[in-house]
Amino acid sequence: MMTDLTPAPRRAYIEVEELSVQFPTEDGLVRAVDGVTFAIDKGQTIAIVGESGSGKSVTAQAIMGLVNSRTADVTGHVWVDGQDIVGMTDDELRKMRGRTMAMIFQDPMSSLHPFYRIGAQLTEAVNVHNKVSKKEARDRAIEMLHKVGIPSPEKRIEDYPHQFSGGMRQRVMIAMALINSPSLLIADEPTTALDVTVQAQIMELILELQQEYNTAVVLITHDLGIVADAADQVAVMYGARVVESGVIDDIFYAPEMPYTLGLLASVPRLNQVRAERLDPIPGNPPSPIRLPSGCVFNPRCVYTDRVEGNLCATERPALLPTAPGHMVRCHMSKAEREAVATIALGALGRETT
Amino acid sequence: MSAYVVRRVISMILLLLLLTFVVFILFSLLPTDPARLTCGKSCTPEIIEANRHRLGLDLPVFQQYWEYLKGIFVGRTFAKDSPDPVVCSAPCLGYSFKRGEEVFVLIKEGFPATFWLALGAFVMWLAAGISVGIYAALRRGKWQDKTVMGISLAGYSLPSFFLGLMAIFFIVIRLQLLPYPSYVSPFENPTQFLQTMILPWIVLAILYAAFYMRLTRNQMLEVLGEDYIRTARAKGLPERIVIRKHALRAGLTPIVTAAGLDLAGLLGGAIITESIFSLPGIGSLAVNSVNDADLPLIVGITLVTATFIIVANLIVDLLYAVIDPRVRLT
Repeated sequence: MMTDLTPAPRRAYIEVEELSVQFPTEDGLVRAVDGVTFAIDKGQTIAIVGESGSGKSVTAQAIMGLVNSRTADVTGHVWVDGQDIVGMTDDELRKMRGRTMAMIFQDPMSSLHPFYRIGAQLTEAVNVHNKVSKKEARDRAIEMLHKVGIPSPEKRIEDYPHQFSGGMRQRVMIAMALINSPSLLIADEPTTALDVTVQAQIMELILELQQEYNTAVVLITHDLGIVADAADQVAVMYGARVVESGVIDDIFYAPEMPYTLGLLASVPRLNQVRAERLDPIPGNPPSPIRLPSGCVFNPRCVYTDRVEGNLCATERPALLPTAPGHMVRCHMSKAEREAVATIALGALGRETT
Repeated sequence: MSAYVVRRVISMILLLLLLTFVVFILFSLLPTDPARLTCGKSCTPEIIEANRHRLGLDLPVFQQYWEYLKGIFVGRTFAKDSPDPVVCSAPCLGYSFKRGEEVFVLIKEGFPATFWLALGAFVMWLAAGISVGIYAALRRGKWQDKTVMGISLAGYSLPSFFLGLMAIFFIVIRLQLLPYPSYVSPFENPTQFLQTMILPWIVLAILYAAFYMRLTRNQMLEVLGEDYIRTARAKGLPERIVIRKHALRAGLTPIVTAAGLDLAGLLGGAIITESIFSLPGIGSLAVNSVNDADLPLIVGITLVTATFIIVANLIVDLLYAVIDPRVRLT
């Protein structure tokens, strides 16, 4: 056993290791996040995909240290540039938020303070982490607004949030998040609340600025289209756990976990024959208070008979590598998983390996 | 904005006119005969009739109202044709023959005590109510929250006459910590002023603070769940700035409304508190005027009190626009 207490050198810029978040409530323990693991480098994007209640937003907030330590139990590690977020004091966390890591949220309409001018909200973000003059902070704010594509920023800086459209407000949120050039940006469904036409612009802007600042991006979404466009890596979450992760091609072209297969099969495609019905996953997502024993997906999985005994319902599968960088949480053998994938996705005329 | 203010002031003046009319008509419909009240047991019908004429009560109601209204702006003289006319200078809100004094002067004399009582209590209850409300909100569901809310419910339920009498009985009479309340102007004798006012302030403040604690707590709880509070935290702002600058500011609007109207209501006299602590304010004046059916004085106090409320309403509406930039005053 190693006696050396210094942490082993980290491979990636962000490493999330066995991150768990539990909320004790009157109805029982809510396991919002249960052993989430992934890693990305600067300049890379990981998409965390999953349906509502799968724990993706709580994962994001835990990485930002926004989960209240008084109401929740956070365990595991979130290494950001070699520093573990979990176990930091409130003040240490606060100093990292907005400077090392920043976040943009789902609803730009309610994410800006309605009573303060855009300029004041932007300069506040500058001033909290930097000792700069009023003028410098203001210049920085104008520069950022310009960068996110807001016309005549030196005028708009005097406006209030209600004078901006939804897309423009999300641009302001992006400007605010990136104003201190953080190395990690967490985008929690940044386009969900926007018009379809604006969605693409906002994603493009995020990716463009990511290039410029060499930011690591954690993109929380349920939109597989956005994932395909934006992400380098994907982590699929279900029932508070990561059930499959890998580079984007692994997930889209060689998925192995039955939930991922179901997710891909339920996406409408333009080349699909119209009479063909979408293939929804039967059943409902599990309640975070009463997660199923064994594999969290087993009550909805149609392939449990391919596993010997009752393993799916009794034993929790581990997240294991199936190929370099491609991790799967499933009891089936690799051969079985590949066979199942061909059945599920072959019917859709999808390229499978 | 300025057009809005002009319009609001005009409509306020119209409202006040309407108010004088309604109050005047209301009191003239009372079965009490003011002329009959002008003299005691020795009254003869002749004296009553003479007094009726002196007071202008023999005129038709609408003409009386006109005289009254005119008096507010230019003053008026009662009993013009008698050897000793009574002059009531503008703004004349009537003349109390019971007290031999102009109504406006009586109210003006009572105003300082009422003003100081209201202002002191206002500052105390706002400071206590808002800070304790925030404290409770930040410890929602914890024992501190429950204790504070329990105390506030008790404070809310205790009538001020009970609290006031208890305070006088224990603090002034039993423990003799303070002298018996006797109002003086703060400019004349600050020590005695404070000794007199401290108990009424506390009694009045407890009653109101209980309500403001609950209001502030609920507002804060609502606002703290808002997305922009999460944004403020994500920026890395210290928690105290998140609370004071972001949360409190957003939750302030209903508190300002309530505070403005409550203060205005109190400026019209805190009847019970003033009576208990024998403060010579508008509240005591109102009680006395009702006790001896001094109609002109009752009408005058009603008008002044209502005016305070109407003006406070306008101020509160204007403050809205200052607090919340989304509010357009058009």
